[in-house]
Amino acid sequence: MAKRVGMEVALAVAEAVGQCNIDMAAVYPITPQSHIGEHLSDLVADGKIDAEFVTVESEHSAISAIIGASGTGARVYTATSSQGLMLMHEILPIASAMRLPLVMGIANRAVSGPLNILNDHSDIMPQRDCGWISLFVENGQEAIDLSIQSFKIAEHKDVNLPICVNIDGFQLTHMVEPVEFPDQELVNKFLPPRESFATLHPSKPVTMGAFAMSDYFTEILKAKNEALKSSKKIILEVWEEWAKMFGRTYKPVETYKADDAELLVLTMGSMGETAEMAIDELQAQGASVGLVKLRLWRPFPFAEIKEVLMKAKRVLVTDRAVSFGGPGGPVCGEVKAALYNESHKPVIYSSIIGLGGRDVTVADFTGMINRVIKGEANVDTYEFWGVRE
Amino acid sequence: MSKKVFSRPRSLKEAVFHYCPGCGHSIAHRLVAEVIDELDIRSRVIGIPPAGCAVLAYNYFDVDMIEAQHGRGPATATGIKRARPDSIVFSYQGDGDLAAIGIAESLHAANRGENITVIFINNACYGMTGGQMAPTTMLQQRTTTTPSGRNNILDGYPVKVSEIFSRLPGVTYLERVTVNSPAGVNKTKKAIKKAFRCQIDGLGFSLIEILSPCPTNWKLSPVDSCKWIDDVMSKEFPLGVFKDNTGAGKKTGEAAP
Ligand SMILES: Cc1ncc(C[n+]2csc(CCOP(=O)(O)OP(=O)(O)O)c2C)c(N)n1
Ligand code: SF4
Repeated sequence: MAKRVGMEVALAVAEAVGQCNIDMAAVYPITPQSHIGEHLSDLVADGKIDAEFVTVESEHSAISAIIGASGTGARVYTATSSQGLMLMHEILPIASAMRLPLVMGIANRAVSGPLNILNDHSDIMPQRDCGWISLFVENGQEAIDLSIQSFKIAEHKDVNLPICVNIDGFQLTHMVEPVEFPDQELVNKFLPPRESFATLHPSKPVTMGAFAMSDYFTEILKAKNEALKSSKKIILEVWEEWAKMFGRTYKPVETYKADDAELLVLTMGSMGETAEMAIDELQAQGASVGLVKLRLWRPFPFAEIKEVLMKAKRVLVTDRAVSFGGPGGPVCGEVKAALYNESHKPVIYSSIIGLGGRDVTVADFTGMINRVIKGEANVDTYEFWGVRE
Repeated sequence: MSKKVFSRPRSLKEAVFHYCPGCGHSIAHRLVAEVIDELDIRSRVIGIPPAGCAVLAYNYFDVDMIEAQHGRGPATATGIKRARPDSIVFSYQGDGDLAAIGIAESLHAANRGENITVIFINNACYGMTGGQMAPTTMLQQRTTTTPSGRNNILDGYPVKVSEIFSRLPGVTYLERVTVNSPAGVNKTKKAIKKAFRCQIDGLGFSLIEILSPCPTNWKLSPVDSCKWIDDVMSKEFPLGVFKDNTGAGKKTGEAAP
């Protein structure tokens, strides 16, 4: 059995990536991601991993550099946050169109303005439609596990897509948590060297990122969409293999004490553990509530979401981002779309919470849930929970 | 009654700097504020803080300030100056901001000869984010991303902004100074004043590179940091005037009719 150690989650992520036999990492620092890059540079400098660490001059270059490396068949990693991710935005859909496996850790942080360095999900949400697989973690152990799994998923011959692991900034990245690292030999077995279907190689020339006008553009985008949708099958396979080898189970949609609950609360990311405590408290008082946690943001797990949510009478979706002028929080919009064509669907409430690092407490969850139970929450709109008007 | 000989510049607010003890930013701020006072341009000045330790510079300068995203100061400055030619615009930037992520904006604003002033704080690292390698980091210098020292093969060479920018015909005045001694501080103030003058007189792009101590990330005492600038940093980044075309008067258009 692997030993449990206490470690800052950002460092643990770098250690986990270090277990994956990467060839190259290119990182530009940004709070709260910086410790991931710094620790990777330590691992390289200490000779613990045999990889290139490139001190690039911006995130735009970081993502471009790992695209180049991945094009040659290398296993690559970068990490960023907030403004850095926004700066990468231009390149993100290109990586997925080129069908290049990249792995990126995101220390989720609010996007400016106003300038803020603390956690919410407003950095990943604008990247939603870039064709990346997008996963969320709830604690340090999950950050380790999913970082390792991501290489296997991204590089799978039926996937070949970039993938990002969302790790709430500060709330997770800067916490010291008890974690265990999988045994290196088992990781080697789980994650064999990358086999790429096409690489930049002088002896067999290929073109990556070619021009496509209206005659082929739609077909290429459809192919990308199909690839992303069907990656779910591989993700499930990888999680099954992980569970067998390492004993920890992962699902696209996870639940906590949700059986037979009339009201389900949905969270994504680190808030899940806080919400669990609220569910315990309310169930002890006799309330019929349960928790649903979304792990797989893209491809969106329509079937799994329906299966879980259709059993409830009411659903409260929490979002850590705003879709300005839109239907509510971005997660809520997806959940509503998933259920729209069902008959006897639950009533869906939307609450926006925890923006720019505002603390989300157990009392916030019990407060939001009680409002729905008492019929005080407005179903026609969404609420900024706790906002001062 | 004794005469008051030293007071807070009017262009600085009554706020306590958040900078670390011995940091060069505090001195540079004060000098910029003194110059603004002495040139009596406070009502015309618009400043642009960077992403970096000086991100909160608007808490200190009592002039109009508009925050730029990381590296974009000179582009924002360009817009302000073109729209309000009567304003006096300065962009305040660190070496990560100017020489890494924002090198394109900086170089092109300089190349266009925008009539703006750039205050460039070279402290050989990314101070704000925890002392990672910057383009200006010395060879062999240990940082949090070059734990065994900057290696020219892996990480390239220190980028010499003043040397590079002084080659651009668009640049009018460019000087490298330091704030590690009283004499250096006086010289820095003169340089900053000249740079603002250059802008007031409509002469074109000016940039003052200030070698500035970052004791926290250099892991040196403030005194040793000042010494390190003399012993190491200024060897790689020699002080001096790299370009001074202020005597040549206003530029005239050279485009074909
Ligand atoms: C797009 C983007 N990437 C990264 C950051 C994080 N960041 C903020 S300041 C900074 C570097 C600061 O270094 P420097 O410009 O040298 O200024 P100093 O703090 O040393 O004064 C970085 C990387 C950011 N704000 N935006
Ligand atoms: S980290 Fe360095 S640059 Fe930033 S305030 Fe401290 S001494 Fe100054």
